Formats: sequence, structure tokens, C-alpha cells
Amino acid sequence: MLLCWLLFIPFVGGALCWLVGRGNSEGAAPRWIAFATMALVFIPALWLWATGDFSLAGLGGHTPHWQREISVPWIPAFGIDFHLAIDGLSVIMVLLASLLGMLAVACSWSQVRERVGTFHMNLMWTLGGVIGIFLAIDLFLYFFFWELMLIPMYFLIALWGHGEFDRSSHVRAAVKFFIYTQASGLLMLASIIGVVFVHYAQTGTLTFDYNALLNTQLGGAFGMVLMLGFFVAFAVKLPAVPFHGWLADAQANSPSSGAVDLSGILVKTAAYGFLRLALPLFPESSAAFAPIAMALGVISIYYGAVMAFAQTDMKRLISYSSISHMGFVLVGLYAGTLLSLQGVMIQVVASAVSTAALFILAGQLYERMGTRDMRQLGGLFGRLGALPGFALIFVVASLGMPATANFVGEFLILFGAFGAWPWVVVIASGGMILAAVYALYLMHRVYWGTPSGEDTIARMSAREYTIMMTLVVVTLIVGLFPQTVLSVSQTTMTEVSHWFATGLAASSAS
Amino acid sequence: MNDTWNQLVAVLPPIFVCLAVIVVMAAIAYKRSHASAAGITMVGLNLALVSLLAVLTVTPIQVTPLFVIDDYAVFFWAVILVAALATCTYAGAYFKGLDDNREEFYLLVASSVLGAMALVASRHFASLFMGLELLSVPLYGMIAYTYRERQSLEAGFKYMVLSGAASSFLLFGMALLYAASGHLDYEGLAAAAQLGGAGHAWVLMGLGMILVALTFKLSLVPFHVWTPDVYEGAPAPVSTFLATVSKTAVFALLMRFFFLSPVAQDGWLLTLLGVIAFLSMFAGNLLALRQTNIKRLLGYSSIAHIGYLLTAIVAGIPLSIEATGVYLATYVGTTLGAFGVVSLVSSPFAGRDAAHMDHYRGLYWKRPVLAVSMAIMMLSLAGIPLTMGFIGKFYILSVAVAAGLWWLVAGIIIGSGIGLFYYLRVMALLFMERPTDAREPSAAGFGQTAGTVVIWLLAAVTIIVGIYPTWLIDIVGASSIAGIG
Repeated sequence: MLLCWLLFIPFVGGALCWLVGRGNSEGAAPRWIAFATMALVFIPALWLWATGDFSLAGLGGHTPHWQREISVPWIPAFGIDFHLAIDGLSVIMVLLASLLGMLAVACSWSQVRERVGTFHMNLMWTLGGVIGIFLAIDLFLYFFFWELMLIPMYFLIALWGHGEFDRSSHVRAAVKFFIYTQASGLLMLASIIGVVFVHYAQTGTLTFDYNALLNTQLGGAFGMVLMLGFFVAFAVKLPAVPFHGWLADAQANSPSSGAVDLSGILVKTAAYGFLRLALPLFPESSAAFAPIAMALGVISIYYGAVMAFAQTDMKRLISYSSISHMGFVLVGLYAGTLLSLQGVMIQVVASAVSTAALFILAGQLYERMGTRDMRQLGGLFGRLGALPGFALIFVVASLGMPATANFVGEFLILFGAFGAWPWVVVIASGGMILAAVYALYLMHRVYWGTPSGEDTIARMSAREYTIMMTLVVVTLIVGLFPQTVLSVSQTTMTEVSHWFATGLAASSAS
Repeated sequence: MNDTWNQLVAVLPPIFVCLAVIVVMAAIAYKRSHASAAGITMVGLNLALVSLLAVLTVTPIQVTPLFVIDDYAVFFWAVILVAALATCTYAGAYFKGLDDNREEFYLLVASSVLGAMALVASRHFASLFMGLELLSVPLYGMIAYTYRERQSLEAGFKYMVLSGAASSFLLFGMALLYAASGHLDYEGLAAAAQLGGAGHAWVLMGLGMILVALTFKLSLVPFHVWTPDVYEGAPAPVSTFLATVSKTAVFALLMRFFFLSPVAQDGWLLTLLGVIAFLSMFAGNLLALRQTNIKRLLGYSSIAHIGYLLTAIVAGIPLSIEATGVYLATYVGTTLGAFGVVSLVSSPFAGRDAAHMDHYRGLYWKRPVLAVSMAIMMLSLAGIPLTMGFIGKFYILSVAVAAGLWWLVAGIIIGSGIGLFYYLRVMALLFMERPTDAREPSAAGFGQTAGTVVIWLLAAVTIIVGIYPTWLIDIVGASSIAGIG
């Protein structure tokens, strides 16, 4: 029941926002409803996190351990169920999604002023789709939500985005985003159907159930092709070079809260997809593919960092930095040891928080200065109250300073991968230097330098202050006490790394 | 009861449609009235729809050597009748503004429906040809119905000439098959053609000619060139009819033909069909990209959709029949909605249809129901989850994967990716700012209200089937072709 609650609350809340906002397009009621909706997801998820038993009881075999499960037949002709389940990994992701959801509502409070009800409906439905992805363990249902979240996100960018260059550039960005993700999604659908039919051929039962499909033997060239279908879909969403073309456009053109959603949550569904589907379903093919995936990861790290350095638009800089972060995630995923996968978990949380924070700050700055062009900014330190201070915190978080969550994530990933892939780790570490370069460059161009005036521009409001404070606290908690996250995800990660190790053995034997 | 009685029950729906034709004709002779002509036709079509329930009690049954009425035929009859009803509803609003004789239109629609029904139930080349001509000939009149518009007349002529050419191909193909086998019914043909290998070349050639005719009707590559012009020129309700009823009937026939006569299970021929499907997906989607006229755009997109659907025939596995049923039902529902919006925005008739994209910019602020429905239809055509278009696409992908047709899988994926671009363009347009000089659609009148209700219903069905497709799958799953279990 609780799982249905988590899933349906955002959809119901979104519809309510629309209903309330229909008559009065500028009222604040939809904002409160949306905020309450996310809180209603956040609190039960927090409760699950606090009371769940995430110990390693009875590990082994090829069946995952779920905290809770619910399954209702949906399309019996294909063996498709409405099957939700939750484990440590999903709890963390749901928590993250609802937390950032609340912040997205809060940060759009003064930025979105027209069609407020519809805006929040789209926001809530995007988040509902994302939470659906984290809970669904029927592959058809998973794909259903995977595509479902795109539609409201498309509208968020197309209708509320601010055109970066001209009046319709946000529409183009929205279309680009949609096509990239949808086309790669279809590739995944074909792969899903392929896996299902292979399973059907092997066992005689037609099912889309994750637990059952895990037992499918998917080796050889055919398994590799199917695995690539999943890989491309997730690599587009992550995004990893060379599938990154949509991200910067989409984020630069979307409203701040949309950008928070995109980088904070939507993009993280890809990392989740790797952990939940690509690696466990295809351990052998994944192991065989690991060198290429790692190479793409390292390229992403460098490419993202170099591109970030070349940007003049603050939002574009941040989104390229997120590509760089995701490069580390890719390296960690395909190293496949328990340590590196745990690092991936932390890195996902850390990057979500720090990138979201930087986007929110960019949005707040834009509200005050009317531009995000770094060439026109400068010398803002001391003129904006606490804002530059917060910016400094998240900039150093983004470059992986100890005490922040990002440091733990990157450290664990590199440490975990070093055993099997020492050279990859050595090269990837170099990327951290570039991270320092672009992060400090951002700081320097925007906040230091010669001020263009002496007067104080509007200080942060209490609302803005609370948003940033929350994010700082999360970063520090995860950075200083990573065990809060690690112990929850441990079971899942142990299973995944165990399967991956089996696959590695199988692929090196053949 | 005896056999004759059962056969009579089985043909009850066509009889009702025939009655509608006759009564409308008599009514026109007595007194011209747009409302009563439309009303009588609708009553006839509705009676036919209801009588399908009675037909289900006697299926499968063979009626004369020409027709077989099985659950498969009944299912497609239902699809055709629903599409025809929607067409008539749109026409009611659309022709209100026509300053000419409006009543004969319904006569033509009902006759054409009759042809489509004959086609779906045919098991013999005689009924095939009769049905196809009965379907097409009234269409010439319908397409050119607003003949004072140059475009409409031109489209009518174009369709007539090409369709006539296609019919002659069909006849020649039939003649060749008859010469090679001595049979005109599909099953007998198959049995005879398998016996000796000597006439194989003639059989192949005959089949090829028949395929030419049918692919013309389905507007598949390379016989697709007429589609956009005719769709654009025809009055919007007629384009609706053309894109739904005509395609459904011909495709249902093609499916039955391929499954009943194993002579068509020729590897060479199937590969050719696969190539046609592949090219149609690409040509349709690529050509649609640069259109600014929604009717042309939908015309090209229909080429691509039939291309996807052809995959089911190429695969030739038992799941194909179910996939065809589901895909056609979802495609028809969606197309009815999309063309319905175009019809209503262009209603009442006032010269050229409001089919240019500019008319749809910011439609949401004027006609929110229409705009939201249109957005749903676009998503459904693009095959996004939560809409029934996705269920159709899922089926087609399943069939293609199960049959191991990887190149067609690739075609479907790439085609859909391209397709997204123009569907989204239309969708985004609907919610933009409304230009001040746009032609404002009139929302007044009973016809408009009725049309809006139909579109709203279609949108609701699109979403409901998208979320809970099981009932559609059950219905289609029960609609098997008689003779192959």
C-alpha cells in the first residue's frame, strides 16, 4: 500500500494543482499543494529509510531482496504486472527525488508567475514518473514510466523555459531533449522485448517480471546487442559522451526548477537504470563491454571539464560539469566492485545535490542581474549577501573537496576501481584537476574581480536561504557520515557486484 | 434455426447500411434536408453497429461462396462503422457552410462503407474486386465534393485516374492467378498453386500485380505519391475517411489473404514486402518533416504507420493477427481524433480548409478541449506511453523481435525517432501564443458540439486504452480468422 501511496501521490497532487490553479492563474495555492505533495512522499520515504532492515540477511542466489513488494496483474496476455518493490537503492533515490522536488517547488516560487497550476502539474507528474521508475520492477512498467516522465518535462521546457538566444530556442531544446531520450528509449524497449522473448524461449513463460528475467542466460553476441540497447538508453540519459548533445541546451533553456529536476533527478534515473537493469541483467556482456564503457567514462570526465571551462553561460558551465561528474559514475559502474558501486551511489547523491544547488543559485542570480552571461558579471562577492558564500560552498563541493559528499563519491569510485583498472584510475584522477580549474573559473568570473558598482543588490530572502541551507546540510551529512547512505544501499550493491563478478569470470573464461 | 436464417443474421449489418442508402436517397427525392440525411445515415450505421452483437452468435459462417463472416470480419466491421460514424459527425459540422447540395455526401459515405465491409469479409476474388470498387468509386465523389475549390476537384481527379489504373492491375493479377490455378477463392487458389511448380512464375506475377493495386490503396512506397495531394485537397472529413476506413478495410483484406493462402508465404515476396515496409517508414517520416500543412503531414505520417503495420504481415507469425487488430484499432482511433480536430477547426466550410500550421498556433487558448485532444493524438501517433498508440507500437515491436526481423526493428525505431520531430512540432504549436490574425474557429452550433464530444471521447479512449489495454487485447485476441484456428 505504501508503495502505491508513494507512486500516486505526485499524480494526484499534480492534478489538484491544475484544478486549483485553473481559475486563478497567479495564486499561490498550487505552490503549497505541490510542496505538500512532495512532503507527503518525502516523509514516508524517510520513515522507510529509518525503519527498514537493510542488513545482508540471506544473501546469495539470483533473486534480489525487496523490503516491500506489491504486484497486481495488468496485461495478462503478455505476463505484464503492475509490480512495485523497494530496496535500499530505491529508498535513497525516492528520498532524493522528493527532496529535490520540494526544493524545485520552493525555488520556482518567485520565478514562475504565469499558469502556475499547470506548471506545478507538470512538475509533479515528472516527479511521479521518476518515482515510478525507481519503484517499478516490471520491465514494461519501468519503460512506461521512463517515457511518461518525458512528456511533462517537455512541456516544462517548451512552455516555461526562457529562450536563450531567441524566442523559440527553448522549444527547439525541448524537442531535442525529447527526441534524444525517446529514440534511445525505443531502443531499450526493443531490448526489453528481446530479453523477454529469450526468456520465453528458455523457460516457456512469457513475463516482464524483473525477478524472473534475472535468471535468463544472455551471453554471446546476441546478449551484447541487447545489452547495448540498454546501454545507449542510459548513456543518453546520463549523459555520457557521445550522447550528451541534448543536456546543455535543455538545461540552459529550462526554468530553474526544471533544470534542478533535470540534473538532479532525471539524469540520475540513468545511473539507477545501470545499477538495476544493465549490470544485473547482462553481467557477462557488461563485463566484456567494460573497457569501452570505461573509456567513454574517462572521455566524459575530460570532455565535460574542458567544455565547462569554455562556456560563458553559467548554466551551460554547470551542465557540462555534470557530464564530467557522470563520467566518474560510468567508471565506477563498470569497475563493478562493491567499493566502486557504493561510490557511485554517493556520487549520484552528491552530484544531484551540488548541481541542483548551483542551478538554483544561477537562477537566483539571474533573477537579480537579468543575465547568466559570465562576461557581464563580476565582483559580486559582498554585494549579494550570503549568496556568493553558498556559491563558494557548492563550487568547492563540485570540485570534490574533502568533507563534501562529492569527495567521498569520487574517492570511493577511484579506490574501488584501482585494483582492476589502475591506469584508468590514474587518467581519471587527472580530471579532478580540471574540475578545480573550471569550478574556480566560475567563482572567479562571477563573484570576484572588479565590481561594477558599490551598492548592495537584493539580499537572499528567508525562503532562498532555507533552500540553500538544506542543501548544504545534506552535502555535509553525506560527506561526513557517508555510512548513512552506504549502509542502506549495501545489500543491493553487494548483489550487483556479486553478479558482475560472476559475469566477469564467465566472460574471461569464454 | 436453419442455415439460411443464420446467414441472414450474419449479413444484417450490411443490410442496415444498404437500407440507410436507400432511405436517404428516397428522403432526398422527397425533400432536401441536411439534418435528416445525416440523421438517417447515422441511425443506419448505429443499427449496423448494434447488430454486430447478433452476428457474433452465428460466426464463423460462410455466406455464399463469396463471403466468410468470422470474428475477424466482425471486429473490423466494428472499426469501420465507428470510423464512418465519426466521419459523418464531422461532416455534419463541416458541410453546414457549403452552399450547395449537401445531402448526397451521406449517400456516398454509406455506399463506401458497404464496400469496405464487403472487402473485409471477402474470401473470393470476385467479392474482393466488388468491395474494392464499391469502396473507391464513391470516394471519387467524396474527395471532389467541394468541387468549386480547385484543389478538391484536382484531388478527386488524381485519385480517380490512379485508382482506376490500380484496379486494372488488380484485375490483370487476378486473371493471371486464375489462369495458373483455375480457382478464384483464396483457399482453393493456395491448394492449386502448391500442386505444380510449373506455373509458379505466373502465380508470382499475378500476386505481384495484386500487391501493386493494394499497396496503392494503402499508399505504400513506391505508390504513395498521390497521398499528400489527395489528403490536402479533399474536404477534411473525407481525408478522415480515407485515412481510416479505406486503409483499415484494405489492410484487413491483405492480412486475411496472406494468412489464408500459403501461396503468399513465398520468401521472395515477403522480402519484397519487408523492403516496402522499410521504405515506407522512412519515406513517410522524412517527407513529413518539412510539411507546414497538417493534412499533408498526417498523410505522410499515415504512410509511415502502414509501413510499421506491414511488419506484422512480413513476420507471418500467429501473433501477427492480434498485432494487426490492435495496431489498426489504435491507429484508426488516433487518426480519427487528429483529423477530427482539423475538420472542426475548418468547420463550417468556407473555402480552403484551415490546415496550415498557423491556424493551430495557440489553439489551446481558444479551444482548449480540441487542443488538448490534438496533443494527446499527436503523442499517440508518436507512440508515447499512456496513449494507445504505444500499445500498438509495442505489439509491432514484439512481433518484429519475435520473428527476428532486426532490420525492421531498426527501421521502426529510427522512423519513430524521426516522427517525433514533427509530432512534437505540432504539439508545441498548440500551446504557443495565439497570433492576432488567426482564423478563429467558430464553436457554435450543434454540429460543433457533437464533433467536440466525439473527439473528447476518442481522447478519453486513447488514454484509457493506453493505461489499461487488456480489454482491447481480449477483444482482438478473440477475433480470429476462420480456417486457421
